Amino acid sequence: MSDFSEELERSVTKDDQVKRSVPCGTGMHFPWLQSYIETVVIGGKKKKDFAQTTSACLSRIQEALLKHQWWRAAEYTHSYLQTLEDSDGYKRHAAPEIIWKLGSEILFYHPKSNVETFSTFAERMKNIGVMNYLKISLQHALYLLHHGMLEDADRNLSHAETWRYGEKSSSQQVLINLVQAYRGLLQYYNWLTKKKELSKLDKQDYAYGTATRSMVNRSWKTSVNIGALIKIPGVWDPFVKSYVEMLEFYGDQDAAREVLTNYAYDEKFPSNPNAHIYLYNFLKRKKAPRAELLSALKILYQIVPSHKLMLEFHTLLRKSEEEEHHKLALEVLFGVLDFAGCTRNVTAWKYLAKYLRQTLMGNHPMWVQEQWSTRKNWWPNFHFSCYWAKRDWKEDTALACEKAFVAGILLGKGCRYFRYISKQDHEVLRKKIKRMKKSVKKYSIVNPGL
Amino acid sequence: MDLEEAKEFKERCTQCAAVSWGLTDEGKYYCTSCHNVTERSKEVINTEDIPNTKIKAINRGLKRKKKLEKGWDWYVCEGFQYILYQQAEALKSLGVGPELKNEVLHNFWKRYLQKSKQAYCENPIYITRKKATVLEDNLSHSDWSSEPELLSDVGCPSFVESGAESQSDTYSQKPFPLSSRASQSEMASSVCSGSLDGVEYSQQKEKGTVKMSVPRTLALCYLSLLWKRETITLSDLLRFVEEDHIPYVNAFQHFPEEMKLYGRDKRIFAVESWPDYEDIHKKTIEIATFLDLPRFPDITEDCYLHPNILCMKYLMEVNLPDEMHGLACQVIKMTGIGEVDFLTFDPIAKMAKTVKYDVQAVAIIVVVLKLLFLLDDNFEWSLSNLAEKYNKKNKKDKPWFDFRKWYQVMKKTVDEKKHKWEEARAKYMWKSEKPLYYSVIDKPVVYKRRDMVVNLQKQFSTLVGWTPAVEKTRPSSFQFNWTEEDTDRTCFHGHSLQGVLKEKGQSLLTKNSSYWLSTQKFCKGYCKHLTTYEESNFSLSYQFILNLFSFLLRIKTSLLHEEVSLIERKLFKNKYSRTKKKSRRSRKARRH
Repeated sequence: MSDFSEELERSVTKDDQVKRSVPCGTGMHFPWLQSYIETVVIGGKKKKDFAQTTSACLSRIQEALLKHQWWRAAEYTHSYLQTLEDSDGYKRHAAPEIIWKLGSEILFYHPKSNVETFSTFAERMKNIGVMNYLKISLQHALYLLHHGMLEDADRNLSHAETWRYGEKSSSQQVLINLVQAYRGLLQYYNWLTKKKELSKLDKQDYAYGTATRSMVNRSWKTSVNIGALIKIPGVWDPFVKSYVEMLEFYGDQDAAREVLTNYAYDEKFPSNPNAHIYLYNFLKRKKAPRAELLSALKILYQIVPSHKLMLEFHTLLRKSEEEEHHKLALEVLFGVLDFAGCTRNVTAWKYLAKYLRQTLMGNHPMWVQEQWSTRKNWWPNFHFSCYWAKRDWKEDTALACEKAFVAGILLGKGCRYFRYISKQDHEVLRKKIKRMKKSVKKYSIVNPGL
Repeated sequence: MDLEEAKEFKERCTQCAAVSWGLTDEGKYYCTSCHNVTERSKEVINTEDIPNTKIKAINRGLKRKKKLEKGWDWYVCEGFQYILYQQAEALKSLGVGPELKNEVLHNFWKRYLQKSKQAYCENPIYITRKKATVLEDNLSHSDWSSEPELLSDVGCPSFVESGAESQSDTYSQKPFPLSSRASQSEMASSVCSGSLDGVEYSQQKEKGTVKMSVPRTLALCYLSLLWKRETITLSDLLRFVEEDHIPYVNAFQHFPEEMKLYGRDKRIFAVESWPDYEDIHKKTIEIATFLDLPRFPDITEDCYLHPNILCMKYLMEVNLPDEMHGLACQVIKMTGIGEVDFLTFDPIAKMAKTVKYDVQAVAIIVVVLKLLFLLDDNFEWSLSNLAEKYNKKNKKDKPWFDFRKWYQVMKKTVDEKKHKWEEARAKYMWKSEKPLYYSVIDKPVVYKRRDMVVNLQKQFSTLVGWTPAVEKTRPSSFQFNWTEEDTDRTCFHGHSLQGVLKEKGQSLLTKNSSYWLSTQKFCKGYCKHLTTYEESNFSLSYQFILNLFSFLLRIKTSLLHEEVSLIERKLFKNKYSRTKKKSRRSRKARRH
């Protein structure tokens, strides 16, 4: 039997074993598979030693990076550079990007490296193959930003902005836009500093006039730079935010609204909670009608039901005239408290206590039942355990009272949490607890008779 | 006026890349835009006016320029000749006698050229192939008739000379006439190769001819070593190649400047792998058969390649007691592999095969180890316990060989060595300083990339702890050295085997009375493997020993396993003739 067929058989059996033992998920990773593919698919033909040694070299670099051994990584990279001359065209094309990624990582951390070294490296890598020029320029600029060299970063970006390479550059439109947008962001930063200076100046001053003029000028450039990018589907939070801020400052409310609406509602954009938050905050600032506010928050509710804006959403819903909104208001509160991060949010509990009473008084016990039915098997342990009762009482009596009331309503007065709190003797709260007991008796959805 | 004259010169300026030339008073070209003066002078072209060269002169101007770009006209076989020359020189500096180069390899090469009809024969292929074109061109024919001699000693003086005279000198006597080649070089340049016949050579698929290749140059070297019965085994040779003591990867980069390589030459001369033992071994036989070589000089007991001596060498190398040598010799005698007829290479014999001397010697040691220690992951350790006890009690006597201790020392040393080896491989620089390109269009790109790599390497070398000038390890046929003093590298050569042998009457028997065969059945299928080696089927000690030795020789473990099985087949003939019986163990007591 030849090695090859044996290898095939072995790979099949191993494959089966893996399938049997582990359910295949999409994120599965089979480290052995690659080596099998390399030996089996080529039909047992040996890879060239060049390919073998360079791939061994690559894994050594990766290992060194993982262990933060920058000297060692640099040492191997020195040899790995020869892949730029790989006779395999496919690998040769892939090499610059790999080397850039490894090299920039090493130079970022290497104790002997500095901004100058990094810049030389970036300049060299930019010019190997055209496909990486923009990407590297952008990352180079980010590196400079990281080191606080705003002007150099801006110069770098403006070089990249004007770079053209026939069709190769048009296929990288997004990158060009990104480069421009980052320039815009830098200009925004300048604008912001100017604005701060301006606020210190006297309005009658001559300097004030020139300063405003230069500010307007700057903002115009920025809007051109950023505007193009945020039309392309993607997540552009910082760009959108600063762009809107400038539009608002110059009173172009409609444009700002359009940008935000587009950013939030365009279906081509990936779902992005921040888009809705920005829109809501904008609308709130502009005192938009409640219906608009509600529709902005409704989508946010679907994406992030635990967001702190949900309490505002609840308040808005409660104020609404429609009955459906009232029902939703209850749902939203329950939704918020489903999340571990919100368990000790006093406001949320306060709202829930208040709104439960209101709902039950308003003769809608069905709404409460509906919400409770899916939660009754886990909320008692999640929120209303003895441990929580003790801890809440010790740390935040107000919270404990609200929670006790809710517990009483939902679980009846026999529940641990309610019993623990109501037994507590507290001078100030005595009255409140008494009142609470009374209402629990009256409204609890658990019928004590049964 | 000057500018008018300089119009013929069309090369780009090396400084500013402009093509705008003027002539200086001395007749040299200078660039009108940056005033850079070149070395080229107008004179050369003016020689056209000398009488009697009229016909040739028509093409002169064109050709001259071609020549500047193209360098010399040269044939692929000359390239290989140059590589062989360098390899022979390298072998000489490793201590091999000068006759190897001057007599053996030189003769083999001549014979190769003759057999492959490239020279030294009635009708060399170059003439037959080119005759048609020569006639068409109506050009001088006398040049062609002299060609066979040119390929002989006159044309290739480098081989016969014993001294390392300046290479450019020997090569400046152009081995080939140039004057009639204008049309050829134009022809060749359209299909692209630096050598004259690069394209044809790579397409040529004649049956029965063994085409020269870079790995085959090593096969030729090995053949000459074998002929001279030198003290270099094939695995040594390949290891020296890997350690860069013998030119192989990028051997072309030491070609004279004027021998330009590109296009198809790349495929012929560029190698991106180290030579593989089995591959070179196969090629050696192939070439020897093709060259129709007579029986090689006998390999007798006093030759280095005789298993008796090689076994001694490898026992020393892996730090095993000298006393094992006696047992090894006995195995060699019983199996008959020490016999002259078995060992001597005879390419004319029906089934030409050359023994893998090094692998075989190592396999014998493995068999001996199995005889002594069984290597079943059990017996060897209990013997070690005995030896350890004995050594503790008798500190003054010659110590008993302790397998466990030996294993610990070897494991550590080999792992370190292997680690270093892997590291060196991962860092190996494959690319030559002289980049190869496929076509003229590629050239600037390739050169630019080369510069980039050099620059980047320069940058990274400042971030590296070491200095770039890593000292080369001196070539040695030994890879380890053992000393008594260092506890990490304890030397076991002087230890005795008393602990594993017992007296019976006048003879010594091994305490171990069992043996297991590495292979039950040999493959008789179409595949070329005689056995298969599935690691997990074997004991850990056996795996360790196979790995140790195969690392030493840089061969595949399966190859060594196969050799061990072959020796066992010879040793236990009876067992294998009764193969049908499924007995797993064989008893074998043996005199010492």
